[in-house]
Amino acid sequence: MAEAHAPTAHAQHAPQGFIRKYIFSLDHKVIGKQYYFLALFSVFVGLLLSILMRWHLVWPDAHIPLLDKLSPVGAPGGLMTPEYYLSLMTMHGTIMIFFVLTTAPQSGFGNYFLPIQIGAEDMAFPRLNMLSFWVTLAALLTLLSSFFVSDGPPLAGWTAYPPLSAVGSVSGPGEGLGQDLWVISIALFCVGALLGALNFIATTLELRTRGMKLMRLPLTCWAWFITAIVGLLSFAVLFAAGVLLLLDRVGGTSFFVPAGLIVSDKILSNHSGGSPLLYQHLFWFFGHPEVYIAILPGMGITSHILSCFSRKPIFGYRAMTYSLMAIGFLSFTVWGHHMFVSGMSPYTAFAFSVMTMAIGVPSAIKTFNWLGTLWGGRLRLTTAMLFSIGFVSLFVSGGLSGLFLAQPPVDVNLHATYFVVGHFHLVMGVAAIFAMFGGTFYWFPKMFGRMMNETLGKIHFWLTFVGVYAIFMPMHYLGVEGNVRRYSTFIDDFMQPLLPVHKFMSIWAFIVGGAQLIFIFNLFWSMFKGEKAGINPWESTSLEWTVPSPPPHDNFAGKIPVVYHGPYEYGVPGAEKDYIMQDSPEVVAESH
Amino acid sequence: MASTVLTPPKHRAPSKSDSIGGNGHGWDGDGFGGGRGEPSPAGRPIPLHAYRMGMYMALAAILMVFAAFTSALVVRRGISNDWVPTALPGLLYLNTVILLASSATLELSRRALTAGRGEAFAQWLYATLVLGLAFIGGQLLAWRELVARGVYLSTNPSSSFFYLLTSAHGIHLLGGIGGLIYLVLRARRIVSAAKQRTIVEIAALYWHFMDGLWIYLLLLLTVRS
Ligand code: HEM
Ligand SMILES: [Cu+2]
Repeated sequence: MAEAHAPTAHAQHAPQGFIRKYIFSLDHKVIGKQYYFLALFSVFVGLLLSILMRWHLVWPDAHIPLLDKLSPVGAPGGLMTPEYYLSLMTMHGTIMIFFVLTTAPQSGFGNYFLPIQIGAEDMAFPRLNMLSFWVTLAALLTLLSSFFVSDGPPLAGWTAYPPLSAVGSVSGPGEGLGQDLWVISIALFCVGALLGALNFIATTLELRTRGMKLMRLPLTCWAWFITAIVGLLSFAVLFAAGVLLLLDRVGGTSFFVPAGLIVSDKILSNHSGGSPLLYQHLFWFFGHPEVYIAILPGMGITSHILSCFSRKPIFGYRAMTYSLMAIGFLSFTVWGHHMFVSGMSPYTAFAFSVMTMAIGVPSAIKTFNWLGTLWGGRLRLTTAMLFSIGFVSLFVSGGLSGLFLAQPPVDVNLHATYFVVGHFHLVMGVAAIFAMFGGTFYWFPKMFGRMMNETLGKIHFWLTFVGVYAIFMPMHYLGVEGNVRRYSTFIDDFMQPLLPVHKFMSIWAFIVGGAQLIFIFNLFWSMFKGEKAGINPWESTSLEWTVPSPPPHDNFAGKIPVVYHGPYEYGVPGAEKDYIMQDSPEVVAESH
Repeated sequence: MASTVLTPPKHRAPSKSDSIGGNGHGWDGDGFGGGRGEPSPAGRPIPLHAYRMGMYMALAAILMVFAAFTSALVVRRGISNDWVPTALPGLLYLNTVILLASSATLELSRRALTAGRGEAFAQWLYATLVLGLAFIGGQLLAWRELVARGVYLSTNPSSSFFYLLTSAHGIHLLGGIGGLIYLVLRARRIVSAAKQRTIVEIAALYWHFMDGLWIYLLLLLTVRS
């Protein structure tokens, strides 16, 4: 904590030297970018894995080039074994959930923009911030290293249910060292997430500049704040579950492993009395809040962008904040809906079902407020705006199928089918990815000082938007038909007639995968060749648009702003322009 | 939305006297810094109450970890027929007294600091450190006693939880000991600079929490259903 800088208001030496500036930086903006690029790298690994899965699903005899180089055992001659399919699936899910959805919208954009939007010079604890990032990176490397151990990555899914995940390599390839690495990676990730969460909370509560009352916070900040609270309470529980799982694996304990298990024709005699359901409860106590950790920042970003490009105040600012809080709270009361088939009492199931539908209420409030914001707005259909509208669309499409899954008798049939896969990809996976794209197009000028190419952006948007619907909508139909998930082929039973649908989805998956290259090209090309961005290219109101693009090392060059306005004063009657910056001293007579 | 536009203060330049909605506690936007605390890398001091908030949040996370362990214990004990209670080593009670004493000495140290008695502050701090290390040593001896009785981590679910909870608590307490060492090393600076006192407060918060947590864990391990 020893600090060399003198505590005078204007002493802000930016660190010199490449290493202190870009690698071990304490600057929240650099750390935010580091998180962003970590997630960007991860999303492409995850995407590649999904392409491999879709390839194998519809051409199960295909020899996939280079795959045997990665794993001679898992894919001899490039032909993947069923177990290796499960390994790829596990890694896909784990990478996407933790290292993409939990990382980019919260730790990436949040780190970069939370301090600036509240008028602070940095996060509350810069060293802790750096530590969070490096721990997260260590977690990612630990996870990826399982590709290179002899039995390959684990195959127990991103949920890692015991006993499968707890009894070691007897239960399948990857369940030895691979699963150990998985548990260690997730435990590390929890530590990084917890440190990040406490930093976000302290920053939001303690470092707001004068005039930045809670009810003047941009909805992005509200979302990051609530997400941090949810993360603080839930990642701690996942951490505990991970410790218990690891002890069952390497310490010979029996927290989760029952007695007398027969695995691969062998009786396991070294365990007794444990409860796999105990793990499921602990996991989903984290797991359901986790889906909101993934989506709440996206909701904040979407609200922010929709209001800006509709040139209208967000519809129902207070309702938006209260519904964020309600979702955050209710997210801890619904975990049982993942366990309707676990033999729980119908009364318990009923309670979880009711709570799950209750959480639809604040979600619907948000949806209607987004529509209310759009309604009658002077829409500027930038790429950022398109992705935000896409977010609303995907959130609604995916959310509706959630109401079906919330009914225990219906879920008993749909559980573990492609219906679920379609549901969560739309509502959480792709929706959150759309918020990331939206955020990228909106904030890129601030982060890199240049504009992204709008034409490429729109081509990328339309291909992706149409594509993800084409991939994930048919999954609902497949699920209703009884097409189970987590299978590597569907060629030899009643599922065979469904193969054409799978082909359709796979082809679209390839198209969508390819379309992402447009984004990557746009991103890196614009970083160097894009049109130079001004201070406020979108005519937005929040504080990051009052400082140069990119902002100086201490964000405000020593002149801490004072806030006089709410965050969404667009189209204010009687104002000089069609928007009022948050730090503008302009007074507008009350119009009623 | 025009109604959210507030009347601005007479002058724009931030000064300590004009307050628009700031209540000085951070809840309404009180201005970053304000001269308290240590400088952030960007140059401006971070308010010390941010450190306190950070510690509360860290404690909340730790509390959740132990809440999860607790529910695991309750469920695991409730559902199974293989639970054989492990008789706890009597040493644990002595350790408990030692840990309670360490909280008391830390409190004395804190009081001495507030009263401006730098010498006493440092001495009680040393006493706390020694007691803390004695507690850890005592816990290790308690483990040895169990091992001598042939009770290991995997012997029985009750012993699994015993080792789990004591070591999880012990690791956290070691973190606290690290904090105490940091205070001891900086004792002189803390005495001379009043604004450093929050560090002591924060460390004390953590230490007392670990103390309370241990009492809770002891009850959890001794009370049988
Ligand atoms: C074009 C993009 C994507 C495609 C084509 C795709 C495809 C797939 C496929 C084929 C599966 C395996 C289903 C099974 O065998 O049961 C799967 C599972 C999964 N995907 Fe994706 N996915 C994509 C994007 C995403 C995103 C953005 C997320 C982030 C939430 C995500 C999260 C998951 C999860 C959590 C699983 C479950 C893994 C498990 O069962 O343990 N996916 N995906
Ligand atoms: Cu859920």
